[in-house]
Amino acid sequence: MARRGPLNGSTEPDRRTSVFGSETSKQFIGLSSAVFDADHLDTMTSTRQNLERWPRATVRALCCALALLLPLSFACTSEPPGTTVIEFWGMGREGELIDELLPQFYAENPGIRVRTQQIPWTAAHEKLLTAFVGESTPDVSQMGNTWVPEFEAIGAIAPLDQMLAASEIVDINGYFPGIWQTNIVDGHLYGVPWYVDTRLIFYRTDIFAEAGWSEPPKSWSEWVRLMDVIREKKLAEWPAYLATNEWQPPVLLGLQTGSPILNERGTHGEFSKPEFKEAFTFYTDLFARGYAPKLSYNQISNVYQQFAEKDFAMIITGPWNVGEFRRRLPEDLQDDWSTAAVPGPDGQPYPGTSLAGGSSIVIFARSEKQDASWKLLEFLSRPDIQLKFYGMSGNLPARREAWESEVFRADPAMRAFRTQLENVTPTPKVPEWEQIASEVWEHAEMVIRGNVPVDRALELLDRSTDSILEKRRWMLEQKEQP
Amino acid sequence: MRSETRAALLFLTPALTVLTLFFLIPVGAAFFLSLTDFDIYAVADISNVRFVAFKNYAALLTTPIFWVALRNTLYFALIGGPLTVGLALVTAMMVNSKLARFRGLFRTVFFAPVVTTMVAVAIVFRYLFHTRFGMINFGLEAIGIPTVDWLGDPRWAMPAIIILAVWKNFGYTMIIFIAGLQSIPEELYEAARIDGAGWWSQFRRITIPLLAPTFVFVGIVTAIGYLQLFAEPYVMTPDGGPLDSTLSVVMLMYLQGFRWWSMGYAAAVAFLLFVVIGIATAIQLRLRKDLGE
Amino acid sequence: MKALKTIALHAALLIAAGLTAFPLFWMVSASFMPTGEAATFPPRLLPSQATLEHYQALFTRLNLGRAFFNSTAIALLSTAIALLFNSMAGYAFAKLRFGRRDQIFRLLLAVLVLPAQVAMLPLFLMLKEMGLVNTYWGVIIPMMASVFGIFLIRQFMLSIPTELLEAARVDGASEWSIYWKIVIPLSMPVLVTLAIFTFMASWNDFMWPLIVLTDNDRYTLPVSIANLVGEHVQDIELMMASSVVTVIPVLLLFLVLQRYYVAGIMVGSVKG
Repeated sequence: MARRGPLNGSTEPDRRTSVFGSETSKQFIGLSSAVFDADHLDTMTSTRQNLERWPRATVRALCCALALLLPLSFACTSEPPGTTVIEFWGMGREGELIDELLPQFYAENPGIRVRTQQIPWTAAHEKLLTAFVGESTPDVSQMGNTWVPEFEAIGAIAPLDQMLAASEIVDINGYFPGIWQTNIVDGHLYGVPWYVDTRLIFYRTDIFAEAGWSEPPKSWSEWVRLMDVIREKKLAEWPAYLATNEWQPPVLLGLQTGSPILNERGTHGEFSKPEFKEAFTFYTDLFARGYAPKLSYNQISNVYQQFAEKDFAMIITGPWNVGEFRRRLPEDLQDDWSTAAVPGPDGQPYPGTSLAGGSSIVIFARSEKQDASWKLLEFLSRPDIQLKFYGMSGNLPARREAWESEVFRADPAMRAFRTQLENVTPTPKVPEWEQIASEVWEHAEMVIRGNVPVDRALELLDRSTDSILEKRRWMLEQKEQP
Repeated sequence: MRSETRAALLFLTPALTVLTLFFLIPVGAAFFLSLTDFDIYAVADISNVRFVAFKNYAALLTTPIFWVALRNTLYFALIGGPLTVGLALVTAMMVNSKLARFRGLFRTVFFAPVVTTMVAVAIVFRYLFHTRFGMINFGLEAIGIPTVDWLGDPRWAMPAIIILAVWKNFGYTMIIFIAGLQSIPEELYEAARIDGAGWWSQFRRITIPLLAPTFVFVGIVTAIGYLQLFAEPYVMTPDGGPLDSTLSVVMLMYLQGFRWWSMGYAAAVAFLLFVVIGIATAIQLRLRKDLGE
Repeated sequence: MKALKTIALHAALLIAAGLTAFPLFWMVSASFMPTGEAATFPPRLLPSQATLEHYQALFTRLNLGRAFFNSTAIALLSTAIALLFNSMAGYAFAKLRFGRRDQIFRLLLAVLVLPAQVAMLPLFLMLKEMGLVNTYWGVIIPMMASVFGIFLIRQFMLSIPTELLEAARVDGASEWSIYWKIVIPLSMPVLVTLAIFTFMASWNDFMWPLIVLTDNDRYTLPVSIANLVGEHVQDIELMMASSVVTVIPVLLLFLVLQRYYVAGIMVGSVKG
């Protein structure tokens, strides 16, 4: 007698069959055996016939689809004869904008085509390394200049000295020396600066004015006083927004107090020393005193919207945001924001130093199209193209000639950048920098959110840095052995 | 018989080759990898690799971040697991109840999250958990509970991940429980009712014991799956969460292995995880044996 | 009393179903909202004015159609190959007699305990040597066979009457034609179930494609939208639209095929 179960007309299976002798396996498999009961299949015929009719047609359809797909899965991109196709990777906004420069490049270089890929900054470092390991690197790429030593150390990028010597467009004198230096490893050039980057304060001029500051603060104590006023008078929800998972603010403050960050050979951390400690304490205090909310950049869903709504009066960020602010902030707000160089510790001249960041263009060692890649590099390094790109993105040209242009001089948001670029300091040129940098903010977070005392956090940071650098120490020892 | 053996060879070769070549051998290789300090320098030049025996394991076991990751993962599995199983059982009983109508519809709704793509829903939940604009806090406020800084508060970030995981997975376990519930003969319940046993007593004396094998299966499968937590924190809290409170062991392995390319070290993480999973499975099976029959 | 219980039960079911469905509902709703509307306070439930602009952006500017194609191709290929390989092996373990069959099977089950992540690092290096990094096949290969699939099929095939197969053998049929002409048609329910399982697993797979694929053009949907989040975290409505595009196909597949899927999980039998 069949009893109908509630859900699909089937009835409960009765015995639990099991192939295995052991009790444990039996229990482990018990359920599935119950589910696919072994012994009563013949009476399932009607169910099965219903199930079969439908899938058979589908199977046929799928087989046809697959037959079509199989050859496609082996497909490679084929190149039209006579043209060289090079692959370029761009990061962030630059990756999106590069396409707009290409028509002019094609006009001037008819035999070259460029395939671009856009990669978000948050994944860029990973993707580049994975591509290197997987032997699927592009021909030419944008690369944060702090990563150049790392990729040189693994042999991923090609030295550019020869191409530089032969070039009429790329000329060492056209660049800020500090920035150019970030691309030199062991006396050879491995990248050409594309745009320069530093960190500045972007702020609401209206809020500063309300607080009584017609000029941005010129020293740490002035800065703190300003934030005090903003907080007391509630001119904004928070005086400042400093993402807790960014390494740039604490590191640049460390550079301002004169900390070398790492020792001279880049084999040990110097975080527990007084210089860095002073900067680190100042930084974490900003949160403790309520000047900045304890939020990571993942927790801000839209920084532009919140800046417009006076959630905070200032943020420390870079030049790409000039373009973004102009694009995303409402029209009527465009007169109410500006940029300012960062203030330094009391007693030091203004501005305090900031990060000598930026992106370079590098050519990968495994590329078979290095000449064509160099052509693209030259194109992007021309002062007029750099100027054009600045207009599109707000990214600061690395070429000094571009800075002379009227377009550039007249832009009020750029004045602060020009001031700041007179005083920038590079970060330590060790391949492990990216990893160490992330340890810096992780330990800052311990103080900010976890109430770990500053001394302890710095001690842990040094310990962590030392273990990251252990391989480097070993490799330097190897090199020194006769 | 011999032709069957020959046939067996033919039939088994494709699958077993794939499994051996692309799973078992890499697992073995991973073990050897974990005994070296293979890293990005080694990728560039293989002579940069050193054999370090168990130094990676020692280093891991003395690094705070590993224990943080392990603690987070265990917290996730020990809270999320039972929650998932419990919710699955309750909904299974509700849907299976003789009083219920539109069973198919409810079953479908409960199962729908299971088939969704984790990345996609993690993105959705990231916004739902937003402190100010998110629906969850809005809902909490509406019923008078104070709002929570879900992804920012070290105490609440992992619960947020747990909520996502439970929502996503309970439907699958529910289906298995429904199958199990349906396999319990109705006569047992009838007999118990005639004997005057109430609902709770029926549940305790009939349902639970007869579902015991199901519990074991579900428990083990859920535990193994949850101990391998990765996609949820990777999408919702890509930097490890506030104070690394959502950093899971697999995420640590991914970061060490594919972000910093310390592959020897990452392989050691993976094997330690394997040990943990093995222990968890053994404990569950043991518990079953001890509590059983 | 019974009426009260019924009402309470249905109320509980409705609340549970509502809470379960809500995130998906909001995902769809927000994807149609004009830019910026999803991040307002108080949060909105429905768009003030439905717009398709985000979907348009996804398929034109952001090239999500390509990722959609990649996901589909990879999932279909993975499913086809997995069905073939797993069913062959499952049949061998269920119906073919050979030495140490059950021991080997038990050993295979032990493999289930190994977390897949352990294999990922060396597998990546291995595929690199084979030149398969950043290719479809690099993504498909780990899916081509699975212990779970073999297990599922074997359990089902145990119930195929051996007499049927013996009769065919006596008639002179080859092992392969027995498999292809008798066993496979009889196993349709479990094959459909496994096909759905495999397709969904492949479609939803995230970590491995993330590692193996470096080319934007080859990304599958989950990797593509994770990439988008990295860049467009502030564009909530856009991200919701991308989630919808990723989730809707498998959801529809499930809705249409759930009879088979769930029946496959729950097929029972009629008692005498």
